[in-house]
Amino acid sequence: MSKNAILTGLVIFILAVLLPFWVNLGGTAAAPKPEISARAKAAGRCILDKYDMRADHMQLLGKWRNSVVRHSNRLYKTADGKVFTMSLSTGKNSCLGCHEGKEKFCDKCHNYANVAPYCWECHTTPKEINQ
Amino acid sequence: MNQKYLVPLAGVFLLFLVAYTGVEGAGLQWLFGVVVPYAALLAFLAGFFYRVMGWASSAVPFRIPTTCGQAKSLPWIKQNWVDDPDTAGGVFVRMLTEIFLFRSLFRNTRAAFHRNEKNRLSYSWEIFLWVGAMAFHYSFLVVILRHLRFFTSPVPGCVKFLTKMDGILQIGLPELRISGVVLLLAVFFLLLRRIFDAKVSYISQAADYFPLFLILAIAGTGICMRYFTRVDIIGVKELTMGLVTFHPVIPKGVGGLFYAHVFMVSILFAYIPNSKLMHMGGIFLSPTRNMANNNRAVRHINPWNYPVKVHTYEEYEDDFREKMIEAGLPVDKKE
Repeated sequence: MSKNAILTGLVIFILAVLLPFWVNLGGTAAAPKPEISARAKAAGRCILDKYDMRADHMQLLGKWRNSVVRHSNRLYKTADGKVFTMSLSTGKNSCLGCHEGKEKFCDKCHNYANVAPYCWECHTTPKEINQ
Repeated sequence: MNQKYLVPLAGVFLLFLVAYTGVEGAGLQWLFGVVVPYAALLAFLAGFFYRVMGWASSAVPFRIPTTCGQAKSLPWIKQNWVDDPDTAGGVFVRMLTEIFLFRSLFRNTRAAFHRNEKNRLSYSWEIFLWVGAMAFHYSFLVVILRHLRFFTSPVPGCVKFLTKMDGILQIGLPELRISGVVLLLAVFFLLLRRIFDAKVSYISQAADYFPLFLILAIAGTGICMRYFTRVDIIGVKELTMGLVTFHPVIPKGVGGLFYAHVFMVSILFAYIPNSKLMHMGGIFLSPTRNMANNNRAVRHINPWNYPVKVHTYEEYEDDFREKMIEAGLPVDKKE
C-alpha cells in the first residue's frame, strides 16, 4: 500500500477519534437545571436525599411499579416517616404532582444524558396529548 | 493456576485499587478524572501514529497474498475473485469481509485424532472462536458508540437510535442493554478458552490475558455502575463534557467506582499502541490480505531499484586488450 493512502486512512482515524472534541468546539459543559416547582421548593426534600434520588429514582420507580401492579401495595414510607402514594403521574402526591411538567423537570436531564425511559409509553401528561 | 494469568489479573486489580483508593481516600479526582484521561488520549494517538507510520515505511518487497481460492487462470476456469483477487476491486471486497466479518477466522479449523482404533488425524471446522470474536468486537463497538452520549450535547440521532435498539428488550429500569451482556459473556468465553483449551493455553502469554482482564474489569465496573451501585449520570456527563470542551470540572457526588472505570479505560487506550491490540490498525496493512494476486500477470519492479554501474566485457577488453594479445588470449576486437 502506498504511504499516502496509509497516511490518509490514519488521518481519518485520528479525526474520528477526536470527534467529541471538534463536535463540541466552542461549546460549554453546562448541565441543564431541572425546574423545581414552588410546591417542591416548599417541601424542601424529595422522598430520598438529592444524590440518592438522582442516582436511584429509576430503580425506585421500577420497584414501585412492581409493588403496585403485582402486590397492589400503593403506599411508600420514607425514612423520616412520611407516607406517599406510589404513583408517577396521578394525584397531587405523585412524582409529577409535585414536580409539575415532565418537560420542565424529567426531560431536562433525560435529554441531556440521552435517557429515553419507556415510562412515557403509558404515563402521558394531558398537555402532551393536546399538542 | 499459572503466573501467565495470575500476574495480569493481579495487575488489573491493582489498577482498579489505585484509582478507587486514590479518589475515595486521597481525593485525587483531578488526577484520575482529568490528567490521566488527557495523557492517555495523547499516548494513544501518538503511539498509534508512530506504529502505523513505522509499518508504512517498512519495505514490502514481495507480493505475498494468501491464496484462498482459485486464482485467475484460463478463461474456462472459474476464478474465486474474493478469496483470490487479482484486481483492486477484489482486494477491496476481500478486505471488507476480513475487517467486518473476520473471514479468515471463519475458516478456522482444528486438527484432532479420531478417538478410535484407526486413530486418524482429521480436520474439522471450528466456528466458536469466530462467534466469540464477532460477539466481542461488535458488542464492544456498540458500547463505545453508545458512550458518545457522554461526549456530545445534544446527542446525535444515530446514537439515540443505537441506544434504543440496544435496550429494545425493555427489561428492568434502567433498561438492560444487550451489548453490555454480550460483551461480558464474550470476554468471558475468550478468557476461558485461553485458560482451559490446552493448546491455546500453551501459546498464551501475560500480554494475551492482560487486555482480557482489563476489558472484563471495564465492562464489569460499567455494568456495576449502571445496574447495581448507581451513579449520578448528570455529574458524569458534566465531567466528560468538561474534558471534551477543555473546561474540566469535577462534579460532586460521583464516587471512586466511576474514576476506577475511567482510569482503566485510560490504561486500555494508552496500552493499545504498545500491544497486540494494534491489530486494530494492523489488519489494514496485512500484506497477505491487501495485495492482489497478480504475480504473473503484472511485472513487479522493485520500487527501490537504482541504476547499477556495470563494467561490461567490451570495456574490460578495452582496458586490457594489448596485454591480452601479448599473452595470446583471444579478443573480440583487434585494435
